[in-house]
Amino acid sequence: MTLTQLPVRRPPSAPAVARRARWARVDLKVSPYLYVAPFFVLFAVVGLFPLLYTGYVSLFDWQLGDDTAKFLGAGNYAELLQDPQFWNALVNTVSIFLLSSVPQVIVAVGVAALLNTNLRLRTGFRMGVLVPYVASLVAVGIIFGNLFGVNYGLVNSVLDLVGIGRIDWQADRFASHIAIATMVNWRWTGYNALIVLAAMQAIPPELHEAAMIDGANAWRRFRSVTLPLLRPTITFVVITSTIGGLQIFTEPKLFSAMPGSNTGGSTNQFQTVTLYLYQSAFENLRLGYASAIAWMLFLVIVLAAVGNYFLTRRLSR
Amino acid sequence: MRQRLIAVLVATGLVAGGVAGCGAGDAAGGKVQLSIATFGEFGYENLLKEYQAEHPNVVVTQHKVGQAAPHHQELFTKLAAGSGLDDIEAVEEGYLAQVLTKADKFNDLSKIGPADAGPDRWLPWKYEAGKSKDGKLVGYGTDIGPLAMCYRKDLLQQAGLPSDPDGVKALFASWPSYFAAGKTYAQKTGQAWFDTSTQIFNAMHNQHDVGYYDRNNTLVVATNPDIKADWDTVTQAIADKESAKLVSFSNEWQAGFKTGAFATTVCPAWMLGVVEQNAGPDNKGKWAVTDAFPNGGGNWGGSYLTVPLQSKHPKEAAELAAWLTAPQQQIKAFVAKGPFPSQVQALQSPELLNQTNAYFGGAKTGALYAEQAKKVAKAQYKGPQDGQIQENVFAPALQAVEQGKSAADGWQQAVAGAQKAAK
Repeated sequence: MTLTQLPVRRPPSAPAVARRARWARVDLKVSPYLYVAPFFVLFAVVGLFPLLYTGYVSLFDWQLGDDTAKFLGAGNYAELLQDPQFWNALVNTVSIFLLSSVPQVIVAVGVAALLNTNLRLRTGFRMGVLVPYVASLVAVGIIFGNLFGVNYGLVNSVLDLVGIGRIDWQADRFASHIAIATMVNWRWTGYNALIVLAAMQAIPPELHEAAMIDGANAWRRFRSVTLPLLRPTITFVVITSTIGGLQIFTEPKLFSAMPGSNTGGSTNQFQTVTLYLYQSAFENLRLGYASAIAWMLFLVIVLAAVGNYFLTRRLSR
Repeated sequence: MRQRLIAVLVATGLVAGGVAGCGAGDAAGGKVQLSIATFGEFGYENLLKEYQAEHPNVVVTQHKVGQAAPHHQELFTKLAAGSGLDDIEAVEEGYLAQVLTKADKFNDLSKIGPADAGPDRWLPWKYEAGKSKDGKLVGYGTDIGPLAMCYRKDLLQQAGLPSDPDGVKALFASWPSYFAAGKTYAQKTGQAWFDTSTQIFNAMHNQHDVGYYDRNNTLVVATNPDIKADWDTVTQAIADKESAKLVSFSNEWQAGFKTGAFATTVCPAWMLGVVEQNAGPDNKGKWAVTDAFPNGGGNWGGSYLTVPLQSKHPKEAAELAAWLTAPQQQIKAFVAKGPFPSQVQALQSPELLNQTNAYFGGAKTGALYAEQAKKVAKAQYKGPQDGQIQENVFAPALQAVEQGKSAADGWQQAVAGAQKAAK
């Protein structure tokens, strides 16, 4: 190196080139993983680890605050399969899920069809159906609990007035499911209607025009053009409401005559699986058993998802 | 019981600030840092200032939680985790049994506490209930909820029953006379006699020496004849249409007070405010309270101050807890926020004895409840899942009977549920 040399960029030496190439290779191979790492690290910490750890805990007789958990193996699962309260909760969950999802999807499609017509204040109506979704779930639960009150509730007063007679929304198993499903429907129908509406607007108008020329009336066009093209969207709506429906928790917890109780009514008539899970863990303090319930629920949801998958494939054929 | 108390705290609007952060337990600048965790309103704010003025080397931080349930959930979680608890932790009666099963994680206050906080400070049953099975004193008593009976004077009168203070004494002398009067009332008016069978059942249950558990922590629900006898009596009263079938502390129950859906209700000391709030100004003067409670007295509610082993300054913490639960201080707390004191001397203080309640026709409620407190003979031994069994097993089972289930099936449900809860 001489003093007269100008401070210009030197051509890189051979080892430097090799080093840079190595870095580039590392960059090429490793960087993408680094970029996606935040998601995977986060998922591992808050998703995968709790999932696996729950599986581990479910193998023990583990009390909250217990230092000497006893290994049971599949004991919790064996007990769970013979636990009538668990099956009762599962039936309740499925019943509430069906009572909420089926009418919800049908009404959502109907509402979407209405919103798709030439209405005045169209945006206002479209926003309007979303209002229930914005309302706080706890407020909704408490207000519906009041509406369905047995002695002083508005619903029973109206039923009494029109001569149908009072219904014991708390005590009667099926009535309580209807009341809870009403709460779910009120909140979610508008949201689903907007999703269906978006899909409806994506249907090319030419198809309708062609059908019109062929002499199809409005109902026929709805059935033969709109509905078939909505299938993927409806499947999506069904899947999301399945997941939500199988995890239903807040509504039955707040619907109880003593809001916040985990028993789901006097004879567990509206106790759902998640509510039973919560009761086992934080009231009976049996963390191992509650973990087993969590895994069983996971299994049920996986089964429902697989069922949905095959249903979708058949429908879209 | 605890959920009821929570509801009461909410209902009476006594709920204050949110959960405060974790406490610092280290001595800083040569001062001893103490922390105390309470829920609802203990009335300690000014007392803690007073204590720090008297003890310049002590700095006290109070952590207040609005409701009892999250406070105790936090307590049990931190107890399990082994760190994070305050130097003094308040414990409500409904959770006490669960705390006592973990007595090895608390200090024995009879060993580390000051000498003046002896057994004679408290009502004997209150003091005894704060001890673990092996005789360790886990908690100093703060307040209590002695039982009296509240009734609607006007409704009793309309039904042709005696409604003056002396007349009702005969009606409320014993459980048989109480239910007999209820049957008459229901037949004459077609209205309910009491609000809910669970309240009555709990009051009856707490009067027995042995409850859901025996002292060896064995569940005796199925074999204790007293429980079955109470069950039969109460379910018979339901069949006689004596119950308004309202779930206590529910919205419907609150509405029932306004409409006069029932004529009597069990009234622990803290219930007077709840009755006033629920029944509203329109019913002022219609409600009365009497010291005639079937089969003597009873207690419902009240708390303790404990010092967990986690505390870094157990001696200083015990000293503060002892000071706070001394009669002079509890009277100040009573005047400030109303928790009914459990200390013998406090029950004789003029501030308490001269207290009257305008809503209940100017009745001398302070003196009345002080008398009721002395009638409690002995605290029933509470097993580990006692609160759960009362709250989530027997209450729903009685509710099921009120909703139409047969008494025999309801009993099956209660026994099976208790066995499951105690597992």
